[in-house]
Amino acid sequence: MSTTTTTRPETVDETVRPRRRTQGIGWSALAWIVGIGFFFPVLWMVITGFKQEADAYTDPPTVFFTPTLDQFREVLDSGIGTTLLNSVFATTVSTLLVLLLGIPAAFALSLRPVRKTKDVLFFFISTKMLPVVAAIVPLYVIVGDIGLLDNIWALVILYTAMNLPIAVWMMRSFFLEVPSELLEAASMDGASLWTSVREVILPLVSPGIAATALICVIFSWNEFFFAVNLTAVQAQTIPVFLVGFITGQGLYWAQLSAAATLSALPVVLAGWVAQNKLVRGLSFGAIK
Amino acid sequence: MTTTTPTAPPPQESPTPLHEPRGVSRAEGWRRRGPLLPALVFAIVVTQIPFLFTLYYSTQSWNLVRPGSREFNGLDNYVDVFRDSQFREVAVNTVIMIGGTVIISVVLGLLLALLLDRQFRGRGIVRTLLITPFLVTPVAGALIWKTTMFDPVFGLINYVLSPFGVGEIDWVSRYPLAAVMTNLVWQWTPFMMLLILAGLQSMPKDIAEAARVDGAGPVKLFRELTLPHLRRFIELGTVLGAIYLVNTFDAVYMMTSGGPGVASSNLPYYIYQRAFLGFDVGQAAAMGVITVIATIAVSTLALRLIFKSFSGTEEAA
Repeated sequence: MSTTTTTRPETVDETVRPRRRTQGIGWSALAWIVGIGFFFPVLWMVITGFKQEADAYTDPPTVFFTPTLDQFREVLDSGIGTTLLNSVFATTVSTLLVLLLGIPAAFALSLRPVRKTKDVLFFFISTKMLPVVAAIVPLYVIVGDIGLLDNIWALVILYTAMNLPIAVWMMRSFFLEVPSELLEAASMDGASLWTSVREVILPLVSPGIAATALICVIFSWNEFFFAVNLTAVQAQTIPVFLVGFITGQGLYWAQLSAAATLSALPVVLAGWVAQNKLVRGLSFGAIK
Repeated sequence: MTTTTPTAPPPQESPTPLHEPRGVSRAEGWRRRGPLLPALVFAIVVTQIPFLFTLYYSTQSWNLVRPGSREFNGLDNYVDVFRDSQFREVAVNTVIMIGGTVIISVVLGLLLALLLDRQFRGRGIVRTLLITPFLVTPVAGALIWKTTMFDPVFGLINYVLSPFGVGEIDWVSRYPLAAVMTNLVWQWTPFMMLLILAGLQSMPKDIAEAARVDGAGPVKLFRELTLPHLRRFIELGTVLGAIYLVNTFDAVYMMTSGGPGVASSNLPYYIYQRAFLGFDVGQAAAMGVITVIATIAVSTLALRLIFKSFSGTEEAA
């Protein structure tokens, strides 16, 4: 390494390559170990869900056991049905509403911008910066006054408001990527605004719409604070159901793990699908 | 920046105009505003009105278990809140929780991002594994940590540590704040990693290559090229993480219920307790207002950073 002569490239390769390669394998192995380490609690949760209770409570932990579906069956029999429907309803309807409101708004803040676009963008994002806990007391009172306590629509409205700024900013960043030449070409061809939106813009941003939807789904499905404060029995969602589980069946780890696995599964899958666009959503489109 | 030439007239049409062009007719202006209004009105009604009520409630002496007790009491709630030593402890906890989690997550996220910013077999799988903690329903994640990980007798942590002579430590009750933060770090490190990884991958490769040819070692390369480039991403991760973490509630609720005492309470949990277990609407509202004021500094910074990353591309014209 300390030679000062100008070595020819081939000799450099011969001495450096083997070392680089073994180093490379070491780093790759480390990446794998860390990756599995972070994933391990989730993996353990899934595994425990397939155990009998007796196998879940052992010291040292049981690794080999006969898998059983008993716990999942038990959870499904314990009245998770309504809860699941509530979660699916709140998540789907709020996501659709977010897209319905957010896509046109993002369009009006990007391709055909209104006056004071910057102020409007600022307003949307600032609503995300306000801690939700500061609004929970009046929300509880207002929701009670209009008779929506323990009603799933209260969550639909709040989740829509919660995700709308993310969708507006994220969709805006996708709209801004539509090449302006394409739009100019379309309008030269005499296409009306609506036609160029439908034929040119929407097809181009459709992956963006899908990613936005998936991120909204993740946030609404996982939301707990509003759900635990504004719902009770009728409108309870999956995270609230899980809480009931620990107080009721706190000592049954296997069953608890099965319930936790079931509740996390949809969003984990959604996130895996959307992983390339996750950063963009979380950073309000600031990072591509 | 230091050019003295007179500024050129602005181009007629910038590719992505931030402002509505002048000379747009009134009717056209409304046509442009049309698609925006439903979302704007909805956001104002749902997010702003409750905050106005919070301000109003914070000036009321109002306890739900004492009907008819409601009356205007000026700033008394605020005085009470600041006199409340528990509130001060909770405020400190909140700062520790957010600051600690963000710092540890950023450092771990940076290391993970560096590990992943290389070609190797199964890189996609490793990344998928790594982001999973961020996706798992936080309530479920907190449950898993509280039970199968941290349990003194049957938990995996103590099992793994037992060869090192660690006995049956009840982590959650002995170190409640640290236990909650462990769960939060586990959850938020993937977020930081994704952000920083995006930064690493946006780095122009030829510059690093040129520096390496010039004989710069890996450490020098990292300190003088990579870190400065990553600065924007790390800053953004820090402020966004802080803003998301201000709302932490699930982990505290599930793992410790803020206890023992208020040892692991943060502001959201304490306000929740005051409002829904103590029914003291006025004081809970006053604490909410204080939380908002305290976060304004962080949010201002966050907004500046986010707008800066846009202005780089949009206001170049």
